Amino acid sequence: MSARLFFHQFRAEQLVFWRSKEAALFIFLFPLLLFMLLGSVYTGKIYGVPAAQALLAGLIGYGCANTSFAGLAIQLVLRREAAILKRLRATPLPAATYIVALLASTLVVFALQTVALFVLGRILYGTPFPHAIGSVVLAVVAGSAVFAAIGVATASVIRSGEGSSAVVNFILLPMAFLTGSFGPTRHYPSFLRAIGDVLPLKYFVDLVNAVYLRGEAIWTQPKALGVLAAWGVAGLAVAIVKFRWEPSDG
Amino acid sequence: MSAITVRGLRKAYGELEAVRGVDFEIEEGEVFGLLGPNGAGKTTTVEILEGYRRRDAGEVSVLGHDPEHPGPEFRERIGVVLQQSELWPNLTVRETHAIFAGYYARSRDVNEVIELVGLAEKRDARVKTLSGGQKRRLDLGIALVGDPDLVFLDEPTTGFDPAARRAAWEMIRSLRSLGKTVLLTTHYLDEAEQLADRVAVMREGVIVKVGTPRELTTGDLEVEIRYRRDGEEVVVRTSEPTRVLHELTADAVARGEELERLEVRRPSLEDVYLTLTGDEGAE
Repeated sequence: MSARLFFHQFRAEQLVFWRSKEAALFIFLFPLLLFMLLGSVYTGKIYGVPAAQALLAGLIGYGCANTSFAGLAIQLVLRREAAILKRLRATPLPAATYIVALLASTLVVFALQTVALFVLGRILYGTPFPHAIGSVVLAVVAGSAVFAAIGVATASVIRSGEGSSAVVNFILLPMAFLTGSFGPTRHYPSFLRAIGDVLPLKYFVDLVNAVYLRGEAIWTQPKALGVLAAWGVAGLAVAIVKFRWEPSDG
Repeated sequence: MSAITVRGLRKAYGELEAVRGVDFEIEEGEVFGLLGPNGAGKTTTVEILEGYRRRDAGEVSVLGHDPEHPGPEFRERIGVVLQQSELWPNLTVRETHAIFAGYYARSRDVNEVIELVGLAEKRDARVKTLSGGQKRRLDLGIALVGDPDLVFLDEPTTGFDPAARRAAWEMIRSLRSLGKTVLLTTHYLDEAEQLADRVAVMREGVIVKVGTPRELTTGDLEVEIRYRRDGEEVVVRTSEPTRVLHELTADAVARGEELERLEVRRPSLEDVYLTLTGDEGAE
């Protein structure tokens, strides 16, 4: 893969992302706004740490699903249906370079969002910066990769541009609610928790709780990593089989 | 040398045979028009040549490459204007050109291309603020920014108002003067007549006729002779216009009459087209 083409496309993706006010607002700012909102509602302790800190971990989870899964899926469907992907296929830009640059750009947006969450928490609620920095970084990269795979898979099975936002949010919001991104789920009815237990976001939130709230190293969480890897592989398999470059109608 | 060679091309979508054995050749520097009604197989043919679709049968060579295995060398040398495509609405005309220019090893100067397609005044305008005609010029600009040898234009003026069509025609003519080979599909006859060096008329997946616009209109169709006699319009269709006209005029001169509003009309490309495609409802 040509490094020049990769950086060229990475810069293009960043320009496209930040230039779109809708994307910047819903994908980048929304988790930060939710954090401010929920942080001012919850008080006391959650998981034995100050509520704001636990919420911060949950919202990193939500931010990951929002950016790498929902944002990526919607963007890909819209680009496919607008024939932008088809147009790009006629240029010398290799497909792999395009996908890798898009994923790298998505990761950078999510990483910046995570940093912004930490800074916001510190300023508003006095939450600490993470101790196990390396593990937090690895968790962010791993989470972004897994949800991006699911995002590409989801984009591949959505037929129309108009429906994409509705379908993706229909998956995203219940998943975030059921997996503890917006607060602990221990008071939920057991069937709701059972649903949450199979969703990938639960294991990403578990992972962030471990590396941020408890300062543990990432490899102490084999179960969370294993389930996430399985979801990632499943997403990748669907994406490879179903991904299309051309609009649905022609 | 041929830029494109197509022999026995076939493509079916399930039961539907979109292309049923097509042959043609396009010379370097030629503007070649693929003309036909919707559903004739034009877009399928072009998309096979562009490398978007696999063919079921036949031999295809585009700039010496088999487009079924389109490598970067092939992509470097072609420019594509799709029938329908949009671009990033929030980027400017210049940014959009610059992104596409970056994909090519040797690209043209972005400002020069923007000038060429007549968007200089819109250089810093967001794509979403452009009119339909301006968006099509942007499509053409990004197809030219890689300095291609061969340009595919799939129905480049569909949906244009007359003024925008004239402007687009001027641009396509300027491609010829740049020495580009152009493959143009259209269902507008006047467009093919105005722009193409040679035209292939497609119908139901086959080419029913190929030639220069002039050759197509001097084929088997009869010439029409019209005049008025006693206020009634008389129309004579004949494949021997010289003889018929001589008889008519000799007769009129002998009787000391004038053949009022005498007119001899070659069949237009439209007449040929309607006969060939059997499509009375064509535009």
